[in-house]
Amino acid sequence: MPESGGAERHALRLKAVSKTFGGVKALDGVDFEVLEGEVHCLAGENGCGKSTLIKIVTGVYKPESAGLIELFGERLDGITPVQARDRGVSVIWQDLALFANMSVAENIAFDAMVGLRPRGVDYRGMKKRAGATLERLGVTLDLDAALSTLPIAQRQVVAIARSLMNDARLIFMDEPTASLTQSETDRLLDIVRRLSADGVAIVFVSHRLAEVLEIARRVTVVRDGRLVGVYPTEGMTQARLGELMTGHMLEDSVAARDMSSAPAVFEANRLGRPGEFENIDLVIRRGEVVGLCGLLGAGRTELAHAMMGMSEPATGEMRLHGDVYRPTSIRAAIAHGMAYVSEDRLSLGLLQKQSIVDNASISVLDRLLDGLGLISNGKKLGLIRGWVEKLGIKIGLPDDAISTLSGGNQQKVVLAKWLATEPKVLILDSPTVGVDVGARAGLFRIVRELAEQGLAILLISDEVTEALYNSDRVLHMVQGRIAGEYDPSTTSVQALEEAIYE
Amino acid sequence: MNNLLRNRQVEFRLLVVLALLCAGLSLATDTFLTMANITSLLNNNSVNLIWAVGLLVVLIAGGIDISFAVASSVVQYAAAKFLIGIGGGNWILGFIVCGIVGIGLGLINAGLIHKFRIISIVVTIATFNAFFGLLMFFSGGRSIYSLPDWWSDRVILFEHQAVDGTWSELTLPFAVMVVCVLLTWILIRRTNVGRQLYAFGDNPEGARRAGVNIAAMQALAFGWCGMMAGIAGLMQVNIVQEVVPNALYGRELEVLAAVVLGGARLGGGRGTVTGCVLGVMFVAVTQNGLNLLGISPFAFQMIIGAAILVAISTSNISFSSLGRIRMEGSK
Ligand SMILES: Nc1ncnc2c1ncn2[C@@H]1O[C@H](COP(=O)(O)OP(=O)(O)OP(=O)(O)O)[C@@H](O)[C@H]1O
Ligand SMILES: [Mg+2]
Repeated sequence: MPESGGAERHALRLKAVSKTFGGVKALDGVDFEVLEGEVHCLAGENGCGKSTLIKIVTGVYKPESAGLIELFGERLDGITPVQARDRGVSVIWQDLALFANMSVAENIAFDAMVGLRPRGVDYRGMKKRAGATLERLGVTLDLDAALSTLPIAQRQVVAIARSLMNDARLIFMDEPTASLTQSETDRLLDIVRRLSADGVAIVFVSHRLAEVLEIARRVTVVRDGRLVGVYPTEGMTQARLGELMTGHMLEDSVAARDMSSAPAVFEANRLGRPGEFENIDLVIRRGEVVGLCGLLGAGRTELAHAMMGMSEPATGEMRLHGDVYRPTSIRAAIAHGMAYVSEDRLSLGLLQKQSIVDNASISVLDRLLDGLGLISNGKKLGLIRGWVEKLGIKIGLPDDAISTLSGGNQQKVVLAKWLATEPKVLILDSPTVGVDVGARAGLFRIVRELAEQGLAILLISDEVTEALYNSDRVLHMVQGRIAGEYDPSTTSVQALEEAIYE
Repeated sequence: MNNLLRNRQVEFRLLVVLALLCAGLSLATDTFLTMANITSLLNNNSVNLIWAVGLLVVLIAGGIDISFAVASSVVQYAAAKFLIGIGGGNWILGFIVCGIVGIGLGLINAGLIHKFRIISIVVTIATFNAFFGLLMFFSGGRSIYSLPDWWSDRVILFEHQAVDGTWSELTLPFAVMVVCVLLTWILIRRTNVGRQLYAFGDNPEGARRAGVNIAAMQALAFGWCGMMAGIAGLMQVNIVQEVVPNALYGRELEVLAAVVLGGARLGGGRGTVTGCVLGVMFVAVTQNGLNLLGISPFAFQMIIGAAILVAISTSNISFSSLGRIRMEGSK
């Protein structure tokens, strides 16, 4: 390929890269190019092969065939993770790939430790360097704390800091903003811009298309392991990008209905828990979708925990179908018909080594018994097939380990697991983090259907558009209190955004 | 300081319990807190401690080893045959031969685990049986009593006679144990290779993606454990002055229990040398105390079992609640 005067040099060039897992063609002859200093987005549906592409460039997987792999003009025939890093490649992994029992500092500085040539460990220097990198990110974390004691958003920050440690020239960011708050995301995007201005190439993967269009110069779209095309983001719209990714048009529109005459399923009266939330009055009616917006730390997740019996409210009361409801454990809550798709999706509540079927059916085993009281494999498979189809989960075989699924598809399995319990009240806590646009539309179509069948749904969301387009009513929570209620059919996205991020 | 307490909770708790236990025993008996008792406690537990730090490294790397005690027996027997065969040898040769045979046996475990992707508990139960079967086959179950003098003579590093005439002394196995413990500490705490062991045990896939050489980590962990088994075998002969093929059979569980009690996690990624030493000492003092109090040795087994259950369950509870408090506090 002739270069235009040599001004724009390639950080990475891939030609005709293919990779197959068992029967699944994860990548099929994909070309991919990134220029130095460019922010390049890699977009596509869940399971289209984005993470696989990253793993090939970093030597974690060997491709079946590759016409060309070239890093900074150097042609490579096989590459190992260490070689990739030595050439200035670093990665923020989708599943973070951090070490739970190690300290924050050690996690951030870990890559310097790799290699078999024995060296001493300089803990003080390590802390200093880790601290300096966190400072660049504008975050303070306790450097000595074990990673496992950190909430998920802070772990994400640790993973970001780690990728910045060794003066990388090409950084892959696989859904780095999935569990970040708005302000943290803004800060990350600022850093991405700064790095790019310094000549660092960045490959950015995200399912938040607004973010993609804001940050990237070009976007490469992949569908089902095949290259769709490379497009400049200038002039691109979210709708058009979604269409390229999924192959069909997606439409978003307000679908709110007036549910005020339906009977209440869940009620909370003056519910409070010191330091978390207070004076919460909340009604969710039969067939209603109630959106719950607010900044991270506003107490939304804590409220959900109380509803699920994971913590005990100190004041007020909850009612289910009019009866006093005081769950003492998650199990009790589930028995009452409550279900909770939690926001902590990197641990996911999934058993990584177990099969997809077993994971999806774990919460309903008692309903899958055959005549002898044994778990019926047939019923189990039937259950899975149904949900795989409805949610559009991309899997190989139901018996494959859950760890073989792409990140977004693992999340859909979590959803399937909860929907299989046939709940009366469903709490969705940021259900679309890491889920692609097509699947989001599919997910909300299902949420609609479930609501129509009479399910009462609480939708906790960080994305204003999502809450507005898919709820019948939107509540806004600020510092543990419900600060306002909005009717989606008369409220604009902008108005609600202003209220939240003022 | 606050951090130290938080990250070293298991060790701290164990230290407190051990201190209370020692205080109780010194009050309950007048034999416990004597120099003679303490030194013999240290001498007699040298072998266990050498094994324990070897096993600790394997546990940190996410594996488990059942075969190390039997491996020590194999090393003893092979080394005795070889050294007698070449006309006696000396301490240096003894360390070299035992170390190498031990490492070799450890590498067999590592090789099987890595090559055939079988989990370590299965592999080491198999090698446990294989090592023992082969040893009994070749030795015919016969012990070796006529050992080279350098090997069976006691090497006294420190001795002291109390006013009542009882002798207390520290012998070579104690010093060797101290060196093994220090070396292990340096390995896992102070070198990059040791930190990779932790990472590998904690998140194998994450470590692999970071470029950690998985085969090398397996080899290092089991090789180290094997080397410690070799040295422990050498020292045990020095203590009992004979090679009895089945003498060490069954000792592995007691050591495993002590190491787990010391906070090493089955499953990898967690464990410290301090905790490991405290775990072994806790088990040793309990046993010693029951002995001095004249209580049935079977009570010992029950107490150790209960202590492990308590240690494992309470450490889990406090860790998760700690996590929650910090999450709330961090917003
Ligand atoms: N180790 C593996 N074994 C078997 N199949 C795998 C493995 N890794 C990935 N796959 C399959 O390859 C395909 C591509 O997966 P990949 O993780 O690259 O998707 P992705 O584009 O990153 O999706 P997401 O947006 O959900 O993260 C998926 O169908 C997945 O099931
Ligand atoms: Mg992915």
